[in-house]
Amino acid sequence: MTAPDPQVPIPTSAAEDDAHGRAERAAIGRRRERFAALSFAVSVVAAIGLGVVYWRGGQPQLEGVFLALGFGGLGVGFIVWAKHFMPHEEVTEERHSLASTDEEMTLFREEFERGEQVLERRGLLLKAAGAALAALGAALIFPIRSLGPRPGKGLKSTPFRAGVRLVTEANEPIKPADLVTGGVLTVFPEDHTNAADASTVLIRPGTAVKPRPGRETWTPDGVVAYSKLCTHVGCPVGLYQAEEHLLLCPCHQSTFDVLDGARPVFGPAARSLPQLPLGIDADGYFVSLGDFSGPTGAGFWDRDR
Amino acid sequence: MARTKRDRLITRRIARWIDGRVGTAKFARSALGKVFPNHWSFLLGEIALYAFVVLVLTGTYLTFFFDASSREVVYQGVYTPLRGVTMSEAYRSAIDLSFEVRAGLVMRQIHHWAALLFIAAIVVHMMRIFFTGAFRRPREINWMVGVTLLILSIFNGFAGYSLLDDQLSGTGLRIAYSIALSIPIGGTWVASLLFGGEFPGADIIGRLYVIHILLIPAAIIGLLGAHLAILVRQKHTQFRGLGRTEDNVVGERVWPSFAFKSVGLMLLTTAVLSALGGLAQINPVWLYGPFRPAEVSSASQPDWFMGWLDGALRLFPGWEIRAFGFEVPAPFFPAVALAGLTFALLYLWPFIEARFTGDYEVHHLLDRPRDRPRRTAIGVGAFTFYAMLTLSASSDVTATTFGLSVNSVVWSLRILTLVAPFVSGVIAYRLCRELLQREAGTVVAYEPSGDSLIE
Repeated sequence: MTAPDPQVPIPTSAAEDDAHGRAERAAIGRRRERFAALSFAVSVVAAIGLGVVYWRGGQPQLEGVFLALGFGGLGVGFIVWAKHFMPHEEVTEERHSLASTDEEMTLFREEFERGEQVLERRGLLLKAAGAALAALGAALIFPIRSLGPRPGKGLKSTPFRAGVRLVTEANEPIKPADLVTGGVLTVFPEDHTNAADASTVLIRPGTAVKPRPGRETWTPDGVVAYSKLCTHVGCPVGLYQAEEHLLLCPCHQSTFDVLDGARPVFGPAARSLPQLPLGIDADGYFVSLGDFSGPTGAGFWDRDR
Repeated sequence: MARTKRDRLITRRIARWIDGRVGTAKFARSALGKVFPNHWSFLLGEIALYAFVVLVLTGTYLTFFFDASSREVVYQGVYTPLRGVTMSEAYRSAIDLSFEVRAGLVMRQIHHWAALLFIAAIVVHMMRIFFTGAFRRPREINWMVGVTLLILSIFNGFAGYSLLDDQLSGTGLRIAYSIALSIPIGGTWVASLLFGGEFPGADIIGRLYVIHILLIPAAIIGLLGAHLAILVRQKHTQFRGLGRTEDNVVGERVWPSFAFKSVGLMLLTTAVLSALGGLAQINPVWLYGPFRPAEVSSASQPDWFMGWLDGALRLFPGWEIRAFGFEVPAPFFPAVALAGLTFALLYLWPFIEARFTGDYEVHHLLDRPRDRPRRTAIGVGAFTFYAMLTLSASSDVTATTFGLSVNSVVWSLRILTLVAPFVSGVIAYRLCRELLQREAGTVVAYEPSGDSLIE
């Protein structure tokens, strides 16, 4: 769409204001009028097009285009109309001070204080009403408590207990042979595959894990299990770089060293991923020997308590 | 009064009927005569307003089809890649309204684009107000109303895209939950009350829905009304120019040309958003899949207006302060403290500046950015800081696109985020001084205000 050239001068000087100039002005005016009318016509056609597209089952791209042409045609028409066929005189409006005069303020204060004195004459009622409002206000806050349970041990525990099998998303138990060297599996406590706080990564690094004190027996058959929730803001640490033995969080790029107790080696996370004490039961399936070494996911103020 | 022929027009009769009961003519006449200074930068706020109108209209349409429920269902709709997949009712209805409701997808995409434009227009409008000093007395209240509108719109944008319960938005909600947890002492309560228990809980989608379509929009409409009422009461500011003083306002009357141009702008805003909604795909949730707490897609990035917070979360080093058996979790500083400080400074800026300059006078004439080199330098520096944070929200994409290591990209961004604001601030300050000095050398009066965009 080409807008009419706004640079076309409209002759204004008296010398030019002859029959020729008038004719030219009229021609320019007609051209602009035609252009605005054409814009409105585009809008009409687009509206019809929109109706047809909708009636025939709809098509998102065409709907968008016809909506754009419909609104656009109307908008361009309005603006051309306003620009060329409406007055543009600059007017000056006086500003007046917004602040009230001293006299108005005094009158207001006097009126307010007259009412205030009436109130103060019944001091007991004033105090009693104030107490009632405060008490009721406080009582009305209580229902907010219904919105959620008291935060407590839930943040610090997961469904993992001693003897709970580790399972895939399909709730199938896992044997050490299911995990190749350099392999990684996302696992859950059996029958709790929806537990948002218990997703776990099971990794066979292929290199000996340097155990933390007290965790020497947590890596049976060279397999180690960490919480999958980043200790930064709880995103799943979904990327495993097998050569460097690093777990990476795709959200904020925290990086954890799998061989060194999932210690954070880069990024905004401050704490190691909690480790799951891992064992193998009599049937040869992976089980947990207890809950994680600490609360999973992001930190909170009384996490250590 | 004798009836004239024109009185038989139905609109005139209705107008007269209303006026006979409430007496509106005087007020309506003064509204038609309101004077608008002509300058393109005065249209930025209008664009935000019109984007909001589009948001309300498209959003209302979407509520007829969206079902904000966490109930688990198995998808059996027309989008074959997801057939048989277990998902929430919210996610299913989002997909159904995209594929099976006629005009559903175009409305959803226009709604999303309008949200992006709404917040962008607010930010640019705010920058105009800042750099021209339009927040100074007597407009401090309206500045604070505007900052509140910005905060509400950011919240609502986040609530909006979090409703769909796709993989990306679920990840965003998990981060929001963790940020809530990071508030010292009250955090665990805040998170539990908001989510109805531990993440993800079954309540959050329904609650966000009420927040997104009722609470925040109602607050925005109320504050918008106040914003405009205060604007009309205080009258517009204006740039310096011939015949423009602190005691007047020079411009065009509302009726008819300004009203027509403004309605034209509304229609063009709608047209651009419609074209984007039809042709530019946005938030294709069917590609992300339903939210699974144990999964995450790489290159997870929020919408642009959340980028500064996400970037700060990426850049801030892993500091967790522990003392007396308690801790201040890592996200507290880059999320809670940064956001709190940002908005506190924004709210207080008119008073901070007045304190430093000692200028408590009433101002209706605007500054040009160069007229106040210090303010301009601070504004440019702050803008650079938040722009760097926003850029940092795609640190991983930057790294993979240019084949760099994520570590070196993050370290570069850490340094740049601290250094670039000072450098850009100093450059802005120098530029302002240079421009002023050149002006002082030549004899140039202030030019009359610039031309209107649609003039």
